[in-house]
Amino acid sequence: MKRRNSQPLALHIPQPLGRPGDPPDFSKLVLPAPGAARRPETDSPAAAMRDLAFDLVRVLDDKGKAVGPWAPKIDRELLVEGLRAMLLTRTYDNRMFAAQRQGKTSFNMKSRGEEAVAVAQALALHAEDMCFPTYRQQGLLLARGCPPARMMCQVYSNTGDPLKGRQMPVFYSDREYGFFSISGNVGTQFSQAVGWAMASAYKGDDRISAAWIGDGSTAEGDFHYALTLAAVYRAPVILNVVNNQWAISSFQGIANSEQTTFAARGLGYGVPSLRVDGNDFLAVYAVTAWAAQRARANLGATLIELVTYRAEGHSTSDDPSKYRPADEAKAWPLGDPVARLQAHLETLGGWSPADYDALEAEALAKIAAAGKEAEAMGVLGSGPRLSPASMFDDVYKDMPWHLIRQRQQAGV
Amino acid sequence: MPSMTMIQALNSALDNLLDRDPDVLIFGEDVGYFGGVFRVTDGLQKKYGLTRCFDGPITEGGLVAAAVGMGAYGLRPVVEIQFADYIYPAIDQLISEAARLRYRSAGQFISPITVRTPYGGGIFGGQTHSQSPEGLFTHVAGLTVVVPSTPYDAKGLLIAAIEDDDPVIFLEPKRLYNGPFDGRHDAPMQPWAKHPASETPSEYYKIPLGKAATVREGRDVTVLAYGAMVHVSLAAAEQSGVDAEIIDLRTLWPVDIDAITESVARTGRCVIVHEATRTSGFGAELSALVQEHCFYHLQAPIERVTGWDTPYPHLFEWEYFPGPDRVAAALKRVMEG
Repeated sequence: MKRRNSQPLALHIPQPLGRPGDPPDFSKLVLPAPGAARRPETDSPAAAMRDLAFDLVRVLDDKGKAVGPWAPKIDRELLVEGLRAMLLTRTYDNRMFAAQRQGKTSFNMKSRGEEAVAVAQALALHAEDMCFPTYRQQGLLLARGCPPARMMCQVYSNTGDPLKGRQMPVFYSDREYGFFSISGNVGTQFSQAVGWAMASAYKGDDRISAAWIGDGSTAEGDFHYALTLAAVYRAPVILNVVNNQWAISSFQGIANSEQTTFAARGLGYGVPSLRVDGNDFLAVYAVTAWAAQRARANLGATLIELVTYRAEGHSTSDDPSKYRPADEAKAWPLGDPVARLQAHLETLGGWSPADYDALEAEALAKIAAAGKEAEAMGVLGSGPRLSPASMFDDVYKDMPWHLIRQRQQAGV
Repeated sequence: MPSMTMIQALNSALDNLLDRDPDVLIFGEDVGYFGGVFRVTDGLQKKYGLTRCFDGPITEGGLVAAAVGMGAYGLRPVVEIQFADYIYPAIDQLISEAARLRYRSAGQFISPITVRTPYGGGIFGGQTHSQSPEGLFTHVAGLTVVVPSTPYDAKGLLIAAIEDDDPVIFLEPKRLYNGPFDGRHDAPMQPWAKHPASETPSEYYKIPLGKAATVREGRDVTVLAYGAMVHVSLAAAEQSGVDAEIIDLRTLWPVDIDAITESVARTGRCVIVHEATRTSGFGAELSALVQEHCFYHLQAPIERVTGWDTPYPHLFEWEYFPGPDRVAAALKRVMEG
């Protein structure tokens, strides 16, 4: 006798709670009270801190006060430094987005709403630690003091471009600032970072590495490779999932967040895993410092899910109003990282709106000056241009016969 | 000078480099304690310690990714992919990452990695232990592809590959690991000991990449071959009576164009032999190069003898494998042309 299901099988296609025309709905985002998450010892095994992969480490309360065991003991100067770098990043992004609209570059990507991720993490790491970023961690470079003009030159593919016009805009690489070459094949950097960390451990070095990946890209094989290798070899690496809710037009559920959290992936590998409010500068700093301490003590990798929100489009080629509620960014329950850090500085005292205005003015002036400097070296399509002969360089260390020949054929 | 099999010669190369350069390390599936399924890394972990030669999980993509990260750090990792047939999960890391890292970072980061992998047929390995994927890699800007055909060359080329500052795909013809197989599968297996190119110094030496070797001089036709097909072509020359000049390419890409053009210009004929499937195989590139560089010297159409355009068939190994009969027939055809 044939056995039949009581009902026909049905294929589940995850859907977000809101699309254009709908009101924003973040009812699935559970927000524990700031300060409520416990802070385990850095040598706690993954199994003893499973709860933190489903919890949310928050330090700043609604009034901007730092509360709970994760509140980091960092001085005011560093906080101001963080605010300065976040504002610089936001100002830089605005300028380069406008430059794309003005036709000075083909493409750009903003990190608005996610500035705390890159900036707080850069400040929690040592300057010598190696970063394997995605295309939305430009804040790492700016927080580490990379001159914005140098980054602009890359975006413009101009005569000052350190990458000689070989990479599309925002795919920076900067060895001097411990910033690995960004790949458009998302996820590849995650497993490479583990290899770098293994190399550092192999050499008895004291530098660690950190990698970033988007919520969408966790579905790539490299995510699994990275966690497997990091766990097997106890690599000194911090593995960050930036859950900004959207992978272009696909909500995080398409990468499997309906059944579990991104942080919880790490538990299956035995890697201590935490979820943190990614718009809370202090919480991001504290969790990163905790993970770095573990890595430096030969305790291995940590997986951190940074819960944040991509406040703008994926890139200059994207229009988010086509796939998500219009005012979703405004309704994001975890607010804006810049405003929240500023509020915190106010609670500490000795900080006024005028101080903020001064920082903002400083960022604007710095970016304006950088823009002038970079644009003098050309923008895409006008001004000075690199020699096309350089197109054949660096394919190999020494140019083989066929490239010499092709360079001649190209007539450059 | 000791006589070595290709396995021993490769092991000796790795031994020399582990000894000389603390930045060289080896990892891959089963390469550590056990010494590899083909024994190429035998004894190295015991001699140099756990961190110099260690086992990796079954994650070809992850192994190559880790090597890219290590290379960016400044190490010189050597990864073993157990069979070339298993290399496909690592394709993204090889093509999009290792091959382009120097270019896309304008030299800030390089990928001085070597990926060793046994390839080719003749061992009844079916379609997942017999493939020849070299054409996938010769197509990629930034990769160097090397295939040895003797123990002496295998050692010198592997040392050069590991010391090269760019990524090298080092394909080891597994049917040659233990003897110079010429495609006569019914004949008793020949040991390397009887072959002059098995004489391999225990000491460090290099064979430069990008340089072919003329393994048989001849006047009638130039044969371009590599790996096991070098030995098959030698047998075919004897069998056919055609006075073939046989060039062992050794480095497939960047290929030694001078050696090819000098020879073909002299003989006026060219036969290209490889085990890989024909269409868009490396032989197609060789044929185009010969046509571009030697057209006015050619007295006959270029012949290609290759594997057929089918997956590698287990039962029909010897109908698939380009043996001396097929190569000899091609040599005769070009002489008639």
